[in-house]
Amino acid sequence: MSLSLQARKLACERDDRWLFEDLDLDIRAGEIVRIEGPNGSGKTTLLKILSGQLADYQGELYWNGAPMREARQAFLESLLYLGHAPGVKAALTPLENLAWYQALAGSRSNEAARLAALESVGLVGFEDVPAGQLSAGQQRRVALARLELTPRPLWVLDEPFTAIDRDGVAALEERLVIHARAGGCVLVTTHHELRDTAELRRIRLGRGGQQHARH
Amino acid sequence: MWAFINKLRSPKWFYAIGARLQPFFWVAAATLILVGTVWGLAFAPADYQQGNSFRIIYVHVPSAFLAQSIFVSMAVCGLVYMVWKIKVADMAAAMMAPLGAAMTFVSLFSGAVWGVPTWGTWWMWDARLTSMLILLFLYLGVIALRGAFTSRDSASRAASVLAMVGVINIPIIKYSVDWWYTLHQPATFTITGRVAMPTEMWAPLLIMVLGFYSFFIALTLMRTRSEILRRESSKRWVRDLAAEER
Amino acid sequence: MPGTNAPSPATESRTPVEATGEPGAGLAVALWATLKRDLVLLMRRRSEVLNPLVFFALVITLFPIGISPDPELLATIAPGLLWVAALLAALLSLDSLFRGDYDDGSLEQLLLTPQPLSMLALAKVAVHWLLTGLPLALMAPVLGIMLSLPAGSYLTLAVSLALGTASLSLIGAIGAALTVGLSRGGVLLSLLVLPLYIPVLIFGAGAVQAAILGDGVAAHLAILGALLALALMLAPWAMAASLRISING
Repeated sequence: MSLSLQARKLACERDDRWLFEDLDLDIRAGEIVRIEGPNGSGKTTLLKILSGQLADYQGELYWNGAPMREARQAFLESLLYLGHAPGVKAALTPLENLAWYQALAGSRSNEAARLAALESVGLVGFEDVPAGQLSAGQQRRVALARLELTPRPLWVLDEPFTAIDRDGVAALEERLVIHARAGGCVLVTTHHELRDTAELRRIRLGRGGQQHARH
Repeated sequence: MWAFINKLRSPKWFYAIGARLQPFFWVAAATLILVGTVWGLAFAPADYQQGNSFRIIYVHVPSAFLAQSIFVSMAVCGLVYMVWKIKVADMAAAMMAPLGAAMTFVSLFSGAVWGVPTWGTWWMWDARLTSMLILLFLYLGVIALRGAFTSRDSASRAASVLAMVGVINIPIIKYSVDWWYTLHQPATFTITGRVAMPTEMWAPLLIMVLGFYSFFIALTLMRTRSEILRRESSKRWVRDLAAEER
Repeated sequence: MPGTNAPSPATESRTPVEATGEPGAGLAVALWATLKRDLVLLMRRRSEVLNPLVFFALVITLFPIGISPDPELLATIAPGLLWVAALLAALLSLDSLFRGDYDDGSLEQLLLTPQPLSMLALAKVAVHWLLTGLPLALMAPVLGIMLSLPAGSYLTLAVSLALGTASLSLIGAIGAALTVGLSRGGVLLSLLVLPLYIPVLIFGAGAVQAAILGDGVAAHLAILGALLALALMLAPWAMAASLRISING
């Protein structure tokens, strides 16, 4: 399986401030791409653009060679995005939360798959506890269970290690490598220092807060 | 068409073309409003029913026209901004909103003043006045929404969407208010009833309307140009311009 | 629970695959799940459902106290009072329509599903109407009795409110979507939305008036239906556009 996400001359201007300019990216299957940069350098904005949330950019994006504007549907069907906030409803149990995500992804309800996904993130015994009673780290794990629940080739993860304990971090890191080796692709921002592996590649964004004069 | 749209993309181009057009509209506005005022106040005949008090029409009607037109132009600018991402359109829309609200207020105020001799009261729930009051609230909503965002790009988009939603609703609001008014059949007559007006009366009115429109265009050009300078102050062409001035 | 979080062999061997399934079925599944989720969420926090109803009853109680307990006077102003109070009660719960999803990040996920955002937002509005507009419409006749609303107009009151509040939910959802990213959007939301509510109020209260006077109410209800059709056509688009703006604010 092959996938490719390309950016050509990508630039983003927010409120007359250029977050980045002339960015060329080639992201292929089998890679873990870590986006680095100081606070305010536009990491989250870049992830939002690359995950198709933000259409407010200049330059072109290509998904598997086709312009993003045409390939958006196919792109969204291959994407799994986890943002800053876990997207977990406090009043619903982990199982119910996952049931909604399963349906949003377009697959039929399958309780066995949801239980397996919760097991993979170490939430056995918490399936029917309202998520509001779980710790922040456990809520994050509910969100991470979607990695197992909804098999998608492209993962875009914004600070996925937040609030997770050391064992969980190690397991997630390993999961990312396994995903990349299986032909998937991971785009990630994190303050956590990732282990150097053959799959890991770093993209550094320029200094934040810089104002460029431009016509 | 495309060449024109692409030119509009450049605030610099708009700044230059605005400088050339602006004096023409200022002169037109001053002349027309002066002629219309003198003609309307001194030479037009008095109304057989309302006497001289009808002369407030020369402020009331042009401001009411303008109030509605500005909302429509604001929505058109919003559409242009959303579809073609032309920033000048948004700057113009942002500059139009307070002027539109002011014109709505002027038309409401002149209507209230006119109400004293005709109805014997400052306020009557007349169909037109009610529609105007709702329009004022719509303007205030757009202005408040634009002011509520910290990111200017988001503020621009939100205000554009709201202006477009508003402009779809304005005719619906207008017709429903008219219908509501006729249903309740009040005993008074509308102040700007559809009575045929003699030429000596409507000619100065037409001149005043044209004068108000010229004033609106001139003021919007002027304010949009200064907004361009403010928003583009970090760009090279504005810095060069400032250096020349010095 | 140390040691349990390593990927299990079953999931390890599973390679990423493309999502399958025909698009139409996917949309139906997603819509149904969203409806169900929001219903469950609101049923678990029942006070959010009850608050608008209590507010409605409370506002109606204020009028006889503030104006006069005279049944004749109350009867003349009852249609307008009931409609205005119901409209304000429906407005009250709008602010929370997208707020929860915005705060916990579900809204971002809603934006990134392969399903159209406008349809999913419409499902959320449908839940809002089911648990706010419809109960208000069912409750209004009881409050009508308290305001000595003339007999023969009770059914029209309920039907006009049921139709009208659907439009109100749709129009209000645009305002809620525009203000969801703002920390203090509540008052602003009312300012944006109330002027747009006026046509619905005119024809809704008009329908009840007509029923009292013995005129035909079909025309009023037809116009309310037309307003609802128009709102159904345009509001989903405006909601989706507004949510996209708010999520990037």
